Amino acid sequence: MNPERLARDLVGPIKKAVTTLPEPTLAALKEAREKEEDGARVQLDAILEAVEIGQKEEIPICQDTGTPTFYVQLGADYPAINQLDEIKKAFREGVQRATEEVPIRPNTVHPISGKNPGDNTGRSIPWINWDITDGTDLKVTYLPKGGGSTNMSQLTMMTPGKGIKGVKELVLKRIASMEGKPCPPTVVGVGLGGSASISMSLAKKSLLRPVDERHEDPEIADLEEELKERANNLGVGPMGVGGETTVLDVKVEHDHRHPASYPVGITPQCWANRRTSFRITPEGDLVEVGR
Amino acid sequence: MKILETPLKPEVVADLRVNEPFKVTGKIFTARDAAHEKLLGLAEEGKEAPFDLSAYPCFHCGPVMKKRDDDWQVVSAGPTTSIRMEIFEEEFMEEFGTKIFIGKGGMGETTSEALVEHGGVYAQFTGGAGSLMAGSVEEVEDVHYLEELGVPEAIWVLKVKEFGPLLVTMDSTGESIHRDISEEIESNLQKELETL
Repeated sequence: MNPERLARDLVGPIKKAVTTLPEPTLAALKEAREKEEDGARVQLDAILEAVEIGQKEEIPICQDTGTPTFYVQLGADYPAINQLDEIKKAFREGVQRATEEVPIRPNTVHPISGKNPGDNTGRSIPWINWDITDGTDLKVTYLPKGGGSTNMSQLTMMTPGKGIKGVKELVLKRIASMEGKPCPPTVVGVGLGGSASISMSLAKKSLLRPVDERHEDPEIADLEEELKERANNLGVGPMGVGGETTVLDVKVEHDHRHPASYPVGITPQCWANRRTSFRITPEGDLVEVGR
Repeated sequence: MKILETPLKPEVVADLRVNEPFKVTGKIFTARDAAHEKLLGLAEEGKEAPFDLSAYPCFHCGPVMKKRDDDWQVVSAGPTTSIRMEIFEEEFMEEFGTKIFIGKGGMGETTSEALVEHGGVYAQFTGGAGSLMAGSVEEVEDVHYLEELGVPEAIWVLKVKEFGPLLVTMDSTGESIHRDISEEIESNLQKELETL
């Protein structure tokens, strides 16, 4: 494993993540454009044009190229498991290179001094989320999520007695109150249970699933579908100018909770629902695996 | 679609109405949180702004920029969430006479009242459409406070051709589609909650 080579190779997937959209998201935006009229259609036309320019000219679709975040699924039998430090180093260097070469916006600010190192790194950033899974692969998704949508995140420690109806109420109220701020049509991630921090992290992880892919548990899938339909009755519309399309999808993930607590985490993702996924072979080669 | 040229004529801006799309040709400047603080701080100390801010639209934006040799280029430049500037714009209009603010997500009642008082408008550019905006930039004319504020927060003065489409969502008569849509969303929400 050569971390310098891996860092150089990482610029590709980072660039692809910020200059293109995954096919299911693009298809959903095109479908929405057909449904909308007037101001809402103006917004979706501008969105689709921006996506086209981004892809053709290889420039970031949105100037907010997000907080650099890697979601790693590490197979317990990954042959190069003793070289994870090298991979971490490569993620950091890859982000620094991408900042110069793509370029992406320097988005890391010290919370006290306000200083921006200018290369998209900082304490714990790029953020790397490690999940251990079965098998021999190391799979990575780069998810650059913008500040405007992240600012609309919400954690509620709901009274457990309110049950699933209470969850639906919270999600719909949140989508209504966000209006145009998270750049709708959004994908809304919802995390139920676990703890305060776990529910927020589940909400964000739910965004890793492609638009229109339903949860494998039919009960959760029904909940996702109902929330999507109801959210689209709210009339927020593209960029909050009113219309039929407020969300492209709603995603729900869950963990078991404490009997006295019912944490509900909500985090929206803007229409620029960007990511790339790839495998890192034990030799340090990148293999793209769709997204 | 109407194309506004800068320097802006106050009567043309005051005539713009909500739901009207338009484009801008000429000069605009970017300013977000830190730039507003900086400029208002100067005014408080009795110092002048680095250029006349009254005749050019203020764009709530932190762009991606690239330096080639000695020249800056705009790579991607969509709007940022304008409501963060709600604490500044009334005073900003008072101090500098700026008439057009461009951003996303809309602004609140304080700004709406100030737009009426100063004959200004707030217009929305599609959030996330940074690559589209970059295509309308002909030249980066100047940058202020780059060292101090960093790339996203610096004040970039841009020469643009047909920047848009911009949608007037708040006008000088006190209309705001954000206010109207908020009311509609609230009533739609109540209908959904009743049928849960």
